[in-house]
Amino acid sequence: MFAYLVRRLLYALPILVGVNLITFALFFVVNTPDDMARLQLGVKRVTPEAIAKWKAERGYDRPLFVNPAAAGLGVLTETIFFAKSVRMFAGDFGRAEDGRDIAREIRSRLGPSLAIALPTFVLGLLVTVSLALLLTFFRASYLDFWGVVVCVAMMSISGLFYIIGGQYLVSKLWKLVPISGYGGGLEAWKFLILPLAIGVVSGIGSSTRWYRTIFIEEISRDYVRTARAKGLSELNVLFRHVLRNAMIPILTGVVVVIPLLFLGSLLSESFFGIPGLGSYTIDAIKAQDFAVVRAMVFIGSLLYIVGLMLTDVSYTFVDPRIRFH
Amino acid sequence: MDFLPILLWSDLLIWLLVLAALVLGGWSARNPLLRAAWRRVGRSRAGMASATVLIVFVVVGLLDSLHYRPRLESRAGQPTAYAVEVLSLLDALLTPLRTRSEKTYSAPLATRAYAKEAIDSRDADGQLRQRRDYPRLKYGGAHLGADEARRDADVGQRLWRGLAIALVVWSAVAAATTAALARAAGASPGEAWRRIWRNECDFAWNAVLATSAALLLLASSIATLAVDYHVFGTDKVGQDVLYQIFKSVRTALVIGLLTTLVTLPLAIVFGVLAGYFRGWVDDLIQYLYTTLSSIPGVLLIAAAVLMMQVLIDTHPQWFATAAERADLRLLALCFVLGLTSWTGLCRLLRGETLKLRELEYIQAAQSFGVADLRIIGRHILPNLMHLVIIALVMDFSSLVLAEAVLSYVGIGVDPTMISFGTMINNARLELAREPMVWWSLAAAFVFLFALVLAANLLADAVRDAFDPRLAGAA
Repeated sequence: MFAYLVRRLLYALPILVGVNLITFALFFVVNTPDDMARLQLGVKRVTPEAIAKWKAERGYDRPLFVNPAAAGLGVLTETIFFAKSVRMFAGDFGRAEDGRDIAREIRSRLGPSLAIALPTFVLGLLVTVSLALLLTFFRASYLDFWGVVVCVAMMSISGLFYIIGGQYLVSKLWKLVPISGYGGGLEAWKFLILPLAIGVVSGIGSSTRWYRTIFIEEISRDYVRTARAKGLSELNVLFRHVLRNAMIPILTGVVVVIPLLFLGSLLSESFFGIPGLGSYTIDAIKAQDFAVVRAMVFIGSLLYIVGLMLTDVSYTFVDPRIRFH
Repeated sequence: MDFLPILLWSDLLIWLLVLAALVLGGWSARNPLLRAAWRRVGRSRAGMASATVLIVFVVVGLLDSLHYRPRLESRAGQPTAYAVEVLSLLDALLTPLRTRSEKTYSAPLATRAYAKEAIDSRDADGQLRQRRDYPRLKYGGAHLGADEARRDADVGQRLWRGLAIALVVWSAVAAATTAALARAAGASPGEAWRRIWRNECDFAWNAVLATSAALLLLASSIATLAVDYHVFGTDKVGQDVLYQIFKSVRTALVIGLLTTLVTLPLAIVFGVLAGYFRGWVDDLIQYLYTTLSSIPGVLLIAAAVLMMQVLIDTHPQWFATAAERADLRLLALCFVLGLTSWTGLCRLLRGETLKLRELEYIQAAQSFGVADLRIIGRHILPNLMHLVIIALVMDFSSLVLAEAVLSYVGIGVDPTMISFGTMINNARLELAREPMVWWSLAAAFVFLFALVLAANLLADAVRDAFDPRLAGAA
């Protein structure tokens, strides 16, 4: 197991390097730092001095890969590539446009982000799997048919409308919770409950349908017939056999959801004014803060790779046949 | 000439796509397996109902993809000049909707504006007085004159007229369909009519006819009302919301369809190569897509679009008109979306190719010395077609929805381009007003929902018909 994890970690390294190269190419090769400076300072009437100053402040005035002017190892380290890309592996993301240290900002925003993403994820999984089991239990009935119809309708609604509608109904019309904001400590639940509910509801459509498909496929297998033949009740069959055997496809599907979860909390964090990573990213995109976007791309892929590894580990818990060598 | 035809890049690609769809349609009609699958799609009632809705959207989008610049008024002897504004055939058809702008917000079917204004009026004694009141709209319900109280009756009358028109047109359509079916089957019209509604045809005519009845009813009532009212109200700058809805359709279709022009070649070429040749080719391609897919989609899109914006902003000399710039930005968005979304299909195709290449007939072809490219073209690609078609229709709705989200984040289409995303984004802030400005948002919601729901239902029908695993279960 340990050896397997170490090997997976070693596999992950070239992928991270690849991500790093892609982002570097996107940010520094497609457009030169001069272009970025001109955009940030305003395209019209910008003096070469202003551009040079902008670049010097951010350390963009060095050559891309090789610096022949520097001495010793400096030939490689005194470059944009080393300063902006390689240093990311050490957790150094540089400074945002407002001069703050990005790594510190990320650490302080991790709490609120997790406070909303984690409960949404767990609760969403519970709700959708239960609903899917319900539909499977009543399969080929009117409840099942209309359940699927409602699911398709719900997945055809843009995530924006869930948030806008929820905010309007719950906060503005019924005045149950504040529209947006965030507070530390135990008071935070007031602000978190609405984004959480909306996050769960907006995921119901596609997830329930997906899990139902998995269960229905599983229920036509031979072992289910055997379980019924030996006299198990339908509920027992569903919970003890179908659910456990469907765990592998469900877990695989959950990994696909993890990056999507990131997208979801991007939106709800910015709509609800929660000072997490999602709203940080959106603000950075809107302000065209390239350093922050670059850092978030790196961290996002790092999280995704960790998620993939966790999935592999989780397989061993649900299926004893799976062993890693 | 009265106009100068303009071919925007997206227009060109859209019409190429139409051509490709026709060619592929003809090709799949000759392939017995695919033809049988399309027949199954045709029998699906939900699928055909949604296809009918989608056709309406597509026709609107295609009408909006024929662009021109109108000629400016000029005296004889002067060289002809053309307007800078790029219009489309749809704009020409909707000229009244496009040009009849109010000053600012007005509610659906309103005769007066949304906000009070100072209005000058003369009293009986000839004194000029100012009072604050809701000003009369310039166009909305203008035909009523001073008799605004008559509005409700007028709207009711128009709805009846719309119903009558819809009934007449639908009867004609239904009669023509029945007659054609009766002739084809050699039965009496009455018999054909009964067959349609008992669902005994090979094609879900009942769903098509029922859906077109609903669509005709909707279209004719909107049309009779839109002549003199703003059916869905007007937005902040007084533009008719119905017009914006019509224009949004093309943007949504371009995003949903042109993106596949990027995804399909990448996914097919890389997936088949990796699965067929294995070895280092496979390793390389797997590394490529694992790396790309490990960057969360929205962040990669954000990074790429930001850089695309810098590129466009620093090279204003590339674009002759604002429409061209917006158009190229839309294409760039499609390109970026395509580059980030081919990995899923590629992985699927690689797995399927790995399975296929172990089959006996491909092994036999290999040992006979048939060239690899020929094996891929003759044996592998046709057997992957169902996966490609399923992925194509499944992706469409998620891409359309993604556009709205990306426009909210500020990395979507050009802000001057009308799309569902920009409509929602602009309308979002107006919910805080008192009384609320809800109509823009509601209209965008209804039409976006209809488009995506239809696409989802059609995708389900196509998947059910093409997926061999499901075909066996049904």
